[in-house]
Amino acid sequence: MSGQDAVPEPVISQPGKWRLALAHAHSKIGWERMGRRAVVPLVLLAIWQYASTAGFFDPSFVPSPVSVVTSWWQWIFGARSELAWYSGTWLNYVYLSGWRVLVGFAIASAVGVSVGVLIGWFELIRDLLDPIVQGLRPIPMTAWLPFATFIFGIREGAAVFLIAMGSFFPIVVSCTIGAEQTPRNLVRAALMLGTPPRKLLIRVVLPSALPYVFNGLRVGLGIAWVLVIVSEMLAVKGGIGYAMWTAYQFVRIDLIVAAMFTMGLLGLVSDRLLLLLSRRLLRWNMGLRAR
Amino acid sequence: MEYGTSGALGRSAAGRIECRSVRKTYREAADGTEIVALDGLTLEIQPREFLTLLGPSGCGKSTLLNILAGFERPDSGKALLNGVPIQRPGPDRGVVFQDYALFPWLNIQQNVEYGLREKGMDKVESRAIAQRFLATVGLSGFERRFPHELSGGMRQRVALIRVLAIDPEILLMDEPFAAVDAQTRIILQEDLQRLWMQTLKTVVFVTHSVDEAIYLADRVTVMTARPGLVKAIVPIDLPRPRDSTSDAFNRYRREISQLIEVESRKVFAAAAA
Repeated sequence: MSGQDAVPEPVISQPGKWRLALAHAHSKIGWERMGRRAVVPLVLLAIWQYASTAGFFDPSFVPSPVSVVTSWWQWIFGARSELAWYSGTWLNYVYLSGWRVLVGFAIASAVGVSVGVLIGWFELIRDLLDPIVQGLRPIPMTAWLPFATFIFGIREGAAVFLIAMGSFFPIVVSCTIGAEQTPRNLVRAALMLGTPPRKLLIRVVLPSALPYVFNGLRVGLGIAWVLVIVSEMLAVKGGIGYAMWTAYQFVRIDLIVAAMFTMGLLGLVSDRLLLLLSRRLLRWNMGLRAR
Repeated sequence: MEYGTSGALGRSAAGRIECRSVRKTYREAADGTEIVALDGLTLEIQPREFLTLLGPSGCGKSTLLNILAGFERPDSGKALLNGVPIQRPGPDRGVVFQDYALFPWLNIQQNVEYGLREKGMDKVESRAIAQRFLATVGLSGFERRFPHELSGGMRQRVALIRVLAIDPEILLMDEPFAAVDAQTRIILQEDLQRLWMQTLKTVVFVTHSVDEAIYLADRVTVMTARPGLVKAIVPIDLPRPRDSTSDAFNRYRREISQLIEVESRKVFAAAAA
């Protein structure tokens, strides 16, 4: 038996856990509370619709909810046509933005988690890498944009670079803290039970840091969505941010609002997916939290 | 691997410990002053002996245990296991921590199996051993629970069998029952004594409780206030299991309490000075 798999994976996996987690998420909030939660959004929507149809605003400045939904519908389901630049492009744009976020975030996660945990655990690596990380971190992410477009041109690389760079920092910082927080007695317990020192990182430090890792990933993912919009407005063609900027130039506030809601939706869905994954991997941590 | 020749839990070699003039100092984090935790402590612990370390707070009991575990190295002097200097932690010396130190991300079964898998034992065998040990402490059926889902007493039982499962020569216990309530504590002491009588490991057990020390030990070692030295060693000549309300038990209690009180007063006096 090889030493590599001498101990069960620190990650708990049982069949059907996904379904369980989903069922749990639903059962937690009953219909009554679901209804309660819908009250304020629906009221706001009603006021918005009433205000726009009653003529309080100039419709070319403030679109009505109905016009937003209609334009959104055409953006999604409409036939491609020369007359309406946006018609039927939604799915493709969602795909473009989503792909950029996915690639950038995946790079940031892989590098950020490894580097963060290593910095937090090994003094040598901290001394070597921490100055660079801390030195670059204060540069606002948008300040990288001209540099990125200069290096990569108006191409995918610029967007992916910016997204990866931006989400890397919260991930690396959070993972560093997580590794630093590894309880001393858990390390001692592992050594006492025969874990070789070189395997402490994988056996103890990483699983122990996992709550921090996921915290960093969630913050990083949020930043990734911010930066995809920024880069699509300025550095690459296609995508929701590109559509938003084009809509602005065509003075299509209804489409701008539709694009905003699209982004909100994408952010929400991706965050929930990550949360679901973290709930699954951090089931052991649930009882330790205040709520 | 060899797993026991007699008894359900196995009974392998029990180690012999020698401390020769062990000295250990610390720097106080706050002001950098040097603190002598152990000042040339000499002590011998025989194979299969149950020795309790009793002493006032900060007398270096835990430091001694950490040195025996290999978590810390003495500044001078020697700590030997079977005549060999202790260099680093290892599975020949099982440690039971006050805060249990169970891996929170592993379930109970996986926690007990951990050391066995590190030894290279396959899944089937380690599972069987873990099940057997869980049964001996009444935790069958809790295999898939996580540590946080168990009470303190249950967690400490898991921590105890986690090290017994790897069949160490020495059991080092650092105030293991200090964090549980009084009733649970008595049950845990009985559990430990029963397991010890079945496995006959050499045990070094640190405690603040005079009763606990007398109830469990072959010899009670009373330590002085800092710097830590052996003040007295009191052999407990009572049959097991012991009745803590008996006259004989009470005589030990009086004798040892007096020894401790003198040292505790020194700590207070030093703090007041």
